[in-house]
Order: sequence, then structure tokens, then C-alpha cells
Amino acid sequence: MSTSPDSLTHRPEPGAGQIRKGLTLSSLNWLGVAPFFLFALLFLILPTATLMIGAFQDADGHFTLGNIAKLFDDSILSAYWISFEVSAASALGGTVIGLALALAAIQGGLPQWIRPTLMTFSGVASNFAGIPLSFAFLSTLGRMGLVTVLLRNYADFDLYGTGFSILSFLGLTLTYLYFQIPLMVLIVTPAIDGLRAEWREACESLGGNSVAYWWHIALPILWPSIMGSALLLFANAFGAVATAYALTGSSLNIVPILLYAQIRGDVLHDQNLGYALALGMIVVTGLSNAGYIWLRSRAERGRE
Amino acid sequence: MKSTSRLGAWVAIAIGTLYFVLPLIATFEFSLKMNRDGYSFEAYKVVLADPGFQATFGYSTLMAVLTIIVGILLVVPTAYWIQLKLPRLRPLVEFITLLPLVIPAIVIVFGYLKLYNSSSWLPLTGNERATDLLLMCSYVTLALPYLYRSVDAGLRAIDVRTLTEAAESLGASWPSILLQVIFPNVKSAILSGAFLTFAVVIGEFTMASLLGRPAFGPYLQLIGANRAYEPSALAIIAFMVTWASMGLIQVFARNARPARKTA
Repeated sequence: MSTSPDSLTHRPEPGAGQIRKGLTLSSLNWLGVAPFFLFALLFLILPTATLMIGAFQDADGHFTLGNIAKLFDDSILSAYWISFEVSAASALGGTVIGLALALAAIQGGLPQWIRPTLMTFSGVASNFAGIPLSFAFLSTLGRMGLVTVLLRNYADFDLYGTGFSILSFLGLTLTYLYFQIPLMVLIVTPAIDGLRAEWREACESLGGNSVAYWWHIALPILWPSIMGSALLLFANAFGAVATAYALTGSSLNIVPILLYAQIRGDVLHDQNLGYALALGMIVVTGLSNAGYIWLRSRAERGRE
Repeated sequence: MKSTSRLGAWVAIAIGTLYFVLPLIATFEFSLKMNRDGYSFEAYKVVLADPGFQATFGYSTLMAVLTIIVGILLVVPTAYWIQLKLPRLRPLVEFITLLPLVIPAIVIVFGYLKLYNSSSWLPLTGNERATDLLLMCSYVTLALPYLYRSVDAGLRAIDVRTLTEAAESLGASWPSILLQVIFPNVKSAILSGAFLTFAVVIGEFTMASLLGRPAFGPYLQLIGANRAYEPSALAIIAFMVTWASMGLIQVFARNARPARKTA
């Protein structure tokens, strides 16, 4: 290993231990982070890389683009499409409602205790995903759920008569919103806090009303943060397995569930197609996260 | 103008509260209906007495504790070292720690099964203890983003360089600098990362299910598929565990602030 990165990173500074440090510097510095990089390599990077390579191989290990081509078969493409729809709908809903809640709690002139309560609850609810969440929504909007029964008994409204089902696209989206909205509240709050009171005062003193303030000042400033958060929410929903699996079993054909079934029992009867399916998921979540990071850096630059 | 916007804010909060509280009320109400002649805590009694519940909850708790210990031992020295000696590597390390949020858990575990299957160079899925180890490592991976961010923020808030040099000039060795100087100063950051990790790991389903280990997540799924009232009771218990973890984070974060000022 070369020693040049050390001389670049370690600028000499006055200090008692400097001479002793200088002697063992190059080997020690890299040893200090070696366990982390070894761990990341073994349990994060190599496992992912091996799938990516497998996606471009046939059963005998020869290079092929056949697996990628098979992703565009109707049955698999439709799984990606339903996943895309559920993720996009829950990301859009989460973004709009989460933004509204955060704005209401921070800038709405409500009592002081609302904001910390919302933040604590958001911390809990954004982590209350997976199987318990699906149980909660089955008890609420399932066939025997509280809201379903109350609507039938008191409002004479048959929810399931309208074609609604908690196992459907709409049901899954409603359930995902339970962790998407709080996540949005948590991500967008720092951006809203960045809005300075002087900007509103400047707008008012120039005769602008609050519509003008939001339309011409606040929204353009918040826009990169809002879009970035929406992308993060999208990726968050796209990779979720447990909630959908416990809620719908395998009745809703979304990509994570298809991949789960493939890993459990090779339902595609093609191991390498499974790798391609995983690669497709990484591409989608990777692109939306890259978009999030890019927009966040733009938002931070705009604030300086 | 002001009062209409305040009304709008109240409406938003009210609708939000309704959406978030209704499922909890519904779940709680449903969990009390196991006895036909009125509300009772029967479902909770049945769940808590189930040996399957005790075994899987115990297993997942143990996994969470091990994950937290290994995660802290991995993350704190790394974040400390990056801050002190290798700041140029910070973007790379931050990028790696964010990867588990980008790569879905199901993809990571699929990679494990391909790389570490029983006929591979490192057959970690070969026997149960080795698979436990693999599951724990997968949980450390999942926890990396939370742990690293919270520890890194804690380290940035203290003067790592001065503390290290002071300890060094007093003749302290590296292990004792880390254990006696750095750890105590970022204790609240470590604890909040630890509780978040606990909340994430305790009910985790995908990794445990696909690695075939008897964890709480797969147990929840099994009960959900076969029982009527117990799942609601389990959902309430899981919600309380999550709530307790988050509540403890708040407590430690609040206690940490005045302590840092006097330091």
C-alpha cells in the first residue's frame, strides 16, 4: 500500500505525540479503518456485486444479456409496473401529506407542544413498518376491521361493496402511507426550519400576501428538498417486503414479493433471472437515491 | 388571514391524528375481543404464554443486543479514526454506510445466500451457529446508516483532537483513549443509535425468514396467517416496543444537552 494518501491527509500539526505518531502513522492509519472496510466488503459489497454479475451470466456461467431481456417479459414487467405504481402513489401521498403536517406543526401558529409530539410520533411511526403494521390495518380496514364495521353499522356504507379491499393496490398504498408520511415529516423539517422569518417579513413589507410568499419564495426554496424527499420515499416503498407480504400474501404481484418467492422456492425456475430481478431493484432504488442526494446537495447550496 | 391559516393547520393536524390514531384504536379494540362475552385481555394472555412467542422474542432480543454491541465496536472506532486521521475518507465511509438504505434488504440477503451457501468458499449457511452469525452481520449492515450517523454527529459535537492529545500526553494507550475518553463523551449518541437499532431489528422479517432463523418477525407472520385475535395483540406489543425505544432516545438526548455544556 502506498504511503502517499497519508502525507496528503495528515497535515503536520503541533503536538506532543507527533514524532512518535509519525513513525507508525502509515500502517496504523489504515489499520484503524480496516475492520470497517472488511465488514462492508464481506456483508454489503461482495454479496451485491455477486448478484450483479450473476444477472449477466447464464446457468453455466457464460456472459449473456438474456436475463436482462427476460425482465421485459409481460409477467415480470407487470410486477415492476405495479411496484412502481404503489411506490409512486405512496411517495406522492406521503410527500404532500407529510409536508402539510410539518408545515402545520412548524409554521401554523399552533401551540408549542404540537411540534415535539409530532416529531416523536413520526420517529415511532416511521419505524412501525412491517408485519405489525399490516396487522393494524387488517384490524382497521379489513373485512372485519373497526372502520369497515362502523361504516356498515352506523353510516350504512358498505366499504367492500365499492370494490375496496385492504389487499388491493389502494389498500397497500394506504398502509404504506403510515410509514411514508412520518418519514417525510422527519426529512423535510430541517428544510422548513431553514425558511427565515425575514423573508416573510420582506415579502409582507413589499405588499405580498401569503399566497405570494408561498408561491414565489417558500416553495421555490423548498422545492429541491421536497422532490428529493419524494424520491427517497419512493425507494423506501420499492424495497419494502414484510408489510406487503403479511398483508397480501402473494396475491399482489409486486417485485419484492416476486423476488421473495423466487428466493424461497425458485418460482421463476431460473436462478439467474432472479439475479436480474434483484439487479433491477437496485437500479430503481439506486437511481431514486442518487436523485435524492443530488437534489439535497442543491438544496444545501441554495441555503448558503 | 392569520386565523384562516391557523384553522388550516388545525385541520391538517386533526386529519393526520385521525389517520394515525384510528389504526391503533382499531387494533387495540380488536385485540380485546377474543372472549365472546365482552372485552378482555385474553389474546395477550394467550400470546404471552405461547412458548413460541417467548422463544422467538428472546432470540430476537439477543440478536438485537449482539447487533448493537458489534455495531458499536465497528462504528465508533471507525468514525473516530476518520475524524482524527483520515478525513479524506469521510465521503467514502459515509457513502458505504448509506448503501443499506439504497440496496433493499431482500437483495442483500439474496446475495448472502448466493455467496455463503453450503457449497461456497465460506459456508456460513452450513450450520445454525454460523447462520446466526450471518444474521447478526446482516442486522449490523441494516443498522449501519442509523448507528454511523448518530455516532458521527456525536463525535462532531466534541473536540476529538484535543481530547485525544490530552489523553495521549497523559500516557493513555489507544484502547483506553477509546474506552475511557471517547465512548463516555458520545454515550448519548451511541445510545440513541442503539435504541433505533433495537427497534429495527426486533421485528425484522425479510433477513430472518430467508436465512431460516427462528426470529420474532417470522413468528409474527406465522401467527398472522393462522390466528384471528393474537395478531392484533402482537401488533400492540410491537408498537409499544417501538415506542419505548424511541421514548428512551428522547430521554437520553434531553439528558445529554446540559451535560455537554458543562463539559
